Amino acid sequence: MPVRRKRLELVCPAGTPAALRTAVDAGADTVYCGLNNETNARNFPGLNFSEDELATAVRHAHGKGAKVLLAVNTFARAGAIAVWTRAVDAAQACGADAVIAADLAVLDYAANRYPDLRLHLSVQAAANTPEAIGYYQKTFGVRRVVLPRVLSVEEIARLNQAVEVETEAFVFGGLCVMTEGRCALSSYATGKSPNLTGVCSPPDHVVYEKTSENRLLARLGGFTIDRFDEGEAAGYPTLCKGQFCANGKAGYLFEDPVSLNAAALLPRLQEAGVTAVKIEGRQRGKAYIGSVVRAFRRAIEDLAGDGKANNLADELTALTEGGRQTTGAYRKTWR
Amino acid sequence: MAAIELALGPCFFNWSAESFTDFYARIADEAAVERVYLGEVVCGKRMAFFNKVWPEAIERLTKAGKTVVLSTLALPAKGPERRVVGELAEQGALIEINDLSALLARAGRPFVAGPFLNIYNESSLAHLAARGAMDWCPPVELPLSSIETAAAANSGVTVELFAFGRLPLAVSGRCYHARAHGLSKDSCQFVCDQDPDGMEVETLEGDRFLAVNGIQTLSSGCQLVTLAAADLSQSGIGRLRLSPHTLDMVEVAGHYRAMLDGVHSAEETTARLREMPLPGTACNGYLAGEAGWREVAL
Repeated sequence: MPVRRKRLELVCPAGTPAALRTAVDAGADTVYCGLNNETNARNFPGLNFSEDELATAVRHAHGKGAKVLLAVNTFARAGAIAVWTRAVDAAQACGADAVIAADLAVLDYAANRYPDLRLHLSVQAAANTPEAIGYYQKTFGVRRVVLPRVLSVEEIARLNQAVEVETEAFVFGGLCVMTEGRCALSSYATGKSPNLTGVCSPPDHVVYEKTSENRLLARLGGFTIDRFDEGEAAGYPTLCKGQFCANGKAGYLFEDPVSLNAAALLPRLQEAGVTAVKIEGRQRGKAYIGSVVRAFRRAIEDLAGDGKANNLADELTALTEGGRQTTGAYRKTWR
Repeated sequence: MAAIELALGPCFFNWSAESFTDFYARIADEAAVERVYLGEVVCGKRMAFFNKVWPEAIERLTKAGKTVVLSTLALPAKGPERRVVGELAEQGALIEINDLSALLARAGRPFVAGPFLNIYNESSLAHLAARGAMDWCPPVELPLSSIETAAAANSGVTVELFAFGRLPLAVSGRCYHARAHGLSKDSCQFVCDQDPDGMEVETLEGDRFLAVNGIQTLSSGCQLVTLAAADLSQSGIGRLRLSPHTLDMVEVAGHYRAMLDGVHSAEETTARLREMPLPGTACNGYLAGEAGWREVAL
């Protein structure tokens, strides 16, 4: 008899208080969000929470039986660590259910100052071995690790056998092609480090330019990242999803402009011992959040009921980048 | 003021065993560097090729009076890769840690915190220093002002600045060399050996931009940090790291040595290095807090 596993926890993004309420109403078990400064990895203008909004959001979510996690998951700027420790203070003060952190300095502060505050290791720490995860667990008491998107499902299963913490796996949304938190491509082109400022391929460094042949060039920091023919839908020039020339060929060298959709892998992720599944997209609007969260809520209920997951692929395709999706590193052939 | 040292970093590229043997023999005999990092840091699949190379290189370099440091993988994942990292961490020789996987096994004994670790501030460096970090090569994107702040708060740690070579920008679970050749990582045929300084990546308009080395992405540009010894000392820097490329690294080290000894100015050193067949356009923007590809006055 296979072991009956606990129902997967659904962890959903919220970039605004309204998105948080939408996610909770749509069936999120847990919502993660960030403060409106450089302490979180989705630091976009007009997005994220003030400390007051966070406190209100936590009260609202708790009233509906949902949890709130605060992402303090960039790396603290030298000489300005107080900005990051203050974010940890805010999480503790408002009763957030956990802090998601990556920086040794932030983890150290949280573990020492608030021993009862639950800590999750951010994907930005890219801990993908039992030894690395063991370090964070033994040193800081980290309770859950968000897995870097470099592991196959088989590797996740083996990892879960070897660690004593919960694991959380991304199942939908934007996809880092490089190991998370170990990528300086965007700062090489623009001078702004995603690890430090929380923005990758920053909009204020993006320029669209029409060529004499009526093509559209999308540039980042002066480098052409992609090119679109007349009438073709122009995508956003995220650096690792651009077209480049290498080995005598032009094409999507690192990754096509796709997003992650691992809905079909929910049963296998559950079987692999994953505790929670996570949706990316704090920068997304309410309608998107509502649709994606509802779809995954239904899939998780179906899985808990008859052990089969709904095939969500079609329903979610409309919500993926350019309608194109991948299961990423979860299938070994991706490498 | 302690003298500024020179180090030869670990080679990122898939050179042949013969090339490595010849390269390190010449470094041992001729290069004006105090310290040499050996070992595969990019791809676990390559490791087996070089296991025979390192003992001889270690012996030769040690006899020549160089400090030898064994570098560990930046992204260990598979069982054999993790075992090698664990074994290196547990033995006595000095190692460079490039992933926190090595830290529990090493804790309390000396190590070098490598540039692949996310140490961005004084507190995270202090955390590692309390666990044995004696030296720190900062992440390449860190501005000099941040390095100075972290160094000032950790006077027991020698700061080793990445001063020459293509910048290591990213690692991935995916092999882009294999992908560019229509292969996958598991069946890669080790095509990365075709590009001993990395595979050039250009924009669609033909601008040089990046370089691919297996699962690693580097800058196309070549970091050139030239500063007088007094300026480096003032910033808390105790050593410069030169990253191996196929041009004459003995000559590169000679230019940096002449700069540190005050024989040539920083400007003259830059000019001399520019006359060499650099792997890419000179850059150093990161240190000024600007885009890494830019070249600015430091």
